[in-house]
Amino acid sequence: MDMAGLLGQSLFMPHDHHSHDDPHALLPSDPALRVKALETLLTKKGLIDPAALDEIIDTYENKIGPRNGARVVARAWSDPKFHAALMEDATAVVADLGFYGRQGEHMMAVENTDTVHNIVVCTLCSCYPWPLLGIPPGWYKSDAYRARVVREPRKVLADFGVTLPEETAVRVWDSTAEMRYLVIPKRPEGTEDLDEEALMALVSRDSMIGTGLAGGS
Amino acid sequence: MRGMRRLGRAAPVGATDMSRVHDMGGRFGDGPVVPEAEDVIFHADWHPRAMAITVASGSLGKWNIDISRHARERLAPKDYTRFSYYEKWLAALANVLVDTGVVSRAELAGKAEPAPSPLAEKALKPEAVAEVLARGAPVDRPSDVEPAFLPGDAVVARKFAQNMNVSGGHTRLPSYAAGARGRILRLHGSHILPDSSAHGMGEASEPLYAVVFPASELWAHAEHPKDEVVVDMWQSYLTAAS
Repeated sequence: MDMAGLLGQSLFMPHDHHSHDDPHALLPSDPALRVKALETLLTKKGLIDPAALDEIIDTYENKIGPRNGARVVARAWSDPKFHAALMEDATAVVADLGFYGRQGEHMMAVENTDTVHNIVVCTLCSCYPWPLLGIPPGWYKSDAYRARVVREPRKVLADFGVTLPEETAVRVWDSTAEMRYLVIPKRPEGTEDLDEEALMALVSRDSMIGTGLAGGS
Repeated sequence: MRGMRRLGRAAPVGATDMSRVHDMGGRFGDGPVVPEAEDVIFHADWHPRAMAITVASGSLGKWNIDISRHARERLAPKDYTRFSYYEKWLAALANVLVDTGVVSRAELAGKAEPAPSPLAEKALKPEAVAEVLARGAPVDRPSDVEPAFLPGDAVVARKFAQNMNVSGGHTRLPSYAAGARGRILRLHGSHILPDSSAHGMGEASEPLYAVVFPASELWAHAEHPKDEVVVDMWQSYLTAAS
């Protein structure tokens, strides 16, 4: 009997949960060994090339990360035309900078003001603008963040050492579709003379998610 | 190919119990959020490998992002809860590889010699990685469904945070917003409907909106009277508020 054939009857459909029957339970339980077993199997079947895996890892460890987003923010702060275009069509504007790609196909910029502070989450999984911010941090993917930030954003901000003025409202964006959100933090006061490179240094990853403020919390 | 034939099937079968363990927005009891430095990208040596295997396998073209998400969500609740982030990815990948017939259970268990795959020509090559990652997979599509709402319109989200066509199926409506009254903030365009796409039932693209809800509409004890939550919702998740 072909067990794969039996399971194929429930392709992409929910099924009764007996985790010992799930295919993943056939792999070693130690996660490091699981990865090794999967990579070895898929490589032997010709389905993955380990050199391509190295290339993917190098991309997200060394080439794509939150400095991309910081450049967008710094330019939005210093160039009114860029700012206007970004707020109108973020996808096209970041694509012009070479920051289009996987998990950033549909972008929207949301801007913090004196009256509104924006925070981004994905309560259902871990959606995040990879081309602008890289791989999401551990806390962004954590149950605690996903569960709490929609209901008690100020308490979550306190975990980051951030306190908002009483008059500021919080708007939390739950990334439930393929739209990806980049927060444009408020430009710190006294930075009028700084150029784009210097401004970039003020833009933390967390400030572009909304759990931090530019120029330090 | 068994997998391809079933992808095109219209009537779903085999739907039974549903887990919404992933749908945790608003849940109590999770403790503090722990910040971390910007240069921490992975937390174990095997994490980058798990991420890369998952991304590379996507290039085989046997599933889409909705199928992939649904595979993580339909892990048994006890597995979803005990697995770390990338363990969920690995388990879902193993399941979907078998479900699509790309890998056999015997191969996965190490009880059969791995057979060369007819999909091998689709394997992601190192020299193609940059281009594939840069191309992404946009989900905006033309749609026959006309937008029914304008920015400012009052709407009510569907009562059930459940797939309306497949019992226990995939949906992107979070429980905390089910049945809540909000207003249209923005039309994003027409996007593939995950509730259909996750089950091989076609893209079924329709208008997608940003819908804004007062926090006081969602939570018994909202932190601030002016707080809001914005949720992206497809048109079929919404009805006009009376």
